[in-house]
Amino acid sequence: MDIFLQQIINGIVLGSVYALVALGYTMVYGILGLINFAHGEVVMIGAMVALAVINALSGTALPGPVIVLLGLMVAMPTCMALGYGIERIAYRPLRHAPRLAALITAIGVSIVLQNSAMIIWGRQYITFPPLLPSKPHFVAGAAISDLQIFIVLLAALIMVGLLFLVHRTRLGRAMRATAQNAEVAGLMGVNINTIISITFIVGSALAAVAGLMVSGYYGLAHYYMGFSLGLKAFTAAVLGGIGNLGGAMLGGLLLGIIESLGAGYIGQLTGGFLGSNYQDVFAFFVLILVLVFRPSGLLGERIAERA
Amino acid sequence: MNLLEVRDLKVSYGGINAVKGIDLDVGEGELVALIGSNGAGKSTTLKAICGLLLHVGGEVRYQGNSIKRLPSYQLVRRGMALIPEGRGIFGRLTVEENLEMGAYCRASYKNELEHVYGLFPRLKERRVQTAGTLSGGEQQMLAIGRGLMSRPKLLLLDEPSMGLAPLMVSKIFETILSIAREGVTLLLVEQNAKLALEACHKAYVMDGGLIILSGPARELLGNPRVREAYLGE
Ligand SMILES: Nc1ncnc2c1ncn2[C@@H]1O[C@H](COP(=O)(O)OP(=O)(O)OP(=O)(O)O)[C@@H](O)[C@H]1O
Ligand SMILES: [Mg+2]
Repeated sequence: MDIFLQQIINGIVLGSVYALVALGYTMVYGILGLINFAHGEVVMIGAMVALAVINALSGTALPGPVIVLLGLMVAMPTCMALGYGIERIAYRPLRHAPRLAALITAIGVSIVLQNSAMIIWGRQYITFPPLLPSKPHFVAGAAISDLQIFIVLLAALIMVGLLFLVHRTRLGRAMRATAQNAEVAGLMGVNINTIISITFIVGSALAAVAGLMVSGYYGLAHYYMGFSLGLKAFTAAVLGGIGNLGGAMLGGLLLGIIESLGAGYIGQLTGGFLGSNYQDVFAFFVLILVLVFRPSGLLGERIAERA
Repeated sequence: MNLLEVRDLKVSYGGINAVKGIDLDVGEGELVALIGSNGAGKSTTLKAICGLLLHVGGEVRYQGNSIKRLPSYQLVRRGMALIPEGRGIFGRLTVEENLEMGAYCRASYKNELEHVYGLFPRLKERRVQTAGTLSGGEQQMLAIGRGLMSRPKLLLLDEPSMGLAPLMVSKIFETILSIAREGVTLLLVEQNAKLALEACHKAYVMDGGLIILSGPARELLGNPRVREAYLGE
């Protein structure tokens, strides 16, 4: 089996999920200049809610994919409402407060969400029932499952849809205008609060999809999963250039691939000293490198532009 | 009845009183100038009228109704548009997207777009270019064009001639006059007092947050105090 090709495939799958989450960070940052550190927890809630529905239905006669779809159909509105509520309750009152206040609030919101999830679903891992076909296809010595193919295609479709929304519709134009100059956008008749709410709602919908994907892919979910996933997606957003949609997509894919390749070869590189359970190291290594050498990211614009 | 009536308008920024109680009237179809030196409070006045500022005292009436508590995004639907100081162009949107933003509240804007392109053919040539790459004068044309896209009844302009070469300044003023001839009411803030007084019907002179003189523009043009302080004579 070809490890290199295999890890690239795994990396693309993982990277698609990171990209979806990174988009949520980058959209909010683009409009508010705020890093919504609670976003990772919205992904976690999406996974937990989807899994709760899926586990409740998995004994029934419904076909597996239908059950998973139903899980998504509950998780998505839940996350959208959650994202809307977080902005409304936690961030809006601090719109004109110093950045630090909003940042600390974001961390507070994460803690609240994490602990709420722990109270509701407990500390144990919640497993994803075997509902989806997992028989792999073999391509040039590498295995790829239907689920992996589906994750990548769905993520790509969502990203194309998002780009269309942002660059080709009246709403998207208003979002971009608000990101550039909210006061002037308001003078044009744009209700800034509505645009900000929509941004949170769209980002949270993507988070729900990502949460379902990641729990389906690894076969489990856990109240603590949002932390590292969120941090990695944030890394992906910074890598691509925070505030930039294409950057979040590119950053997500790159980070997924770097992490997979790293996990595949770390044993060889360290003479067996470190195993693939150290794969998380790579994301943070990348984050540090980007922050030191190219803080505006690969596709980012000069930070100074948003003063 | 006046289209816009400002009564005892007061604005403070923290401890600084930028506008200290002023009255302004802009009648339907009028072209009114608001002139004054740097820091007089002109931009602050326009922003307060448009609902962009907190801590505003006094009253602002538009078409007879108080608009003081109205958020700025609702004004454009009522026919009021501000072209802000420094233009406020969306630099990463294209020229045409900027114009489309001006028509954000309109269901269709084909005619308005043609109208603006007729007024400023330069913008039509550059319609797919990002607005940030336009020259200063072109950006000012874009700002004015964008302001017109909403078909305003009342247009507030804050220093449209700022930073432009003399030729461009006269071009911008010609455009302002032609907008006025189409029946749009204008309140024009200008540093260039001479041009403004020659173009307008009525003028207010502001200093230190107060209106110190007002009257028909022609009279002010002959007023020795104005000539000395604002026309550099
Ligand atoms: N955001 C603000 N915070 C504090 N003070 C402000 C603010 N904006 C304006 N000021 C002060 O209010 C006063 C009036 O400012 P304003 O911008 O209205 O002047 P202006 O007449 O438009 O001047 P210019 O011709 O230079 O544009 C100035 O003294 C200015 O320093
Ligand atoms: Mg000013």
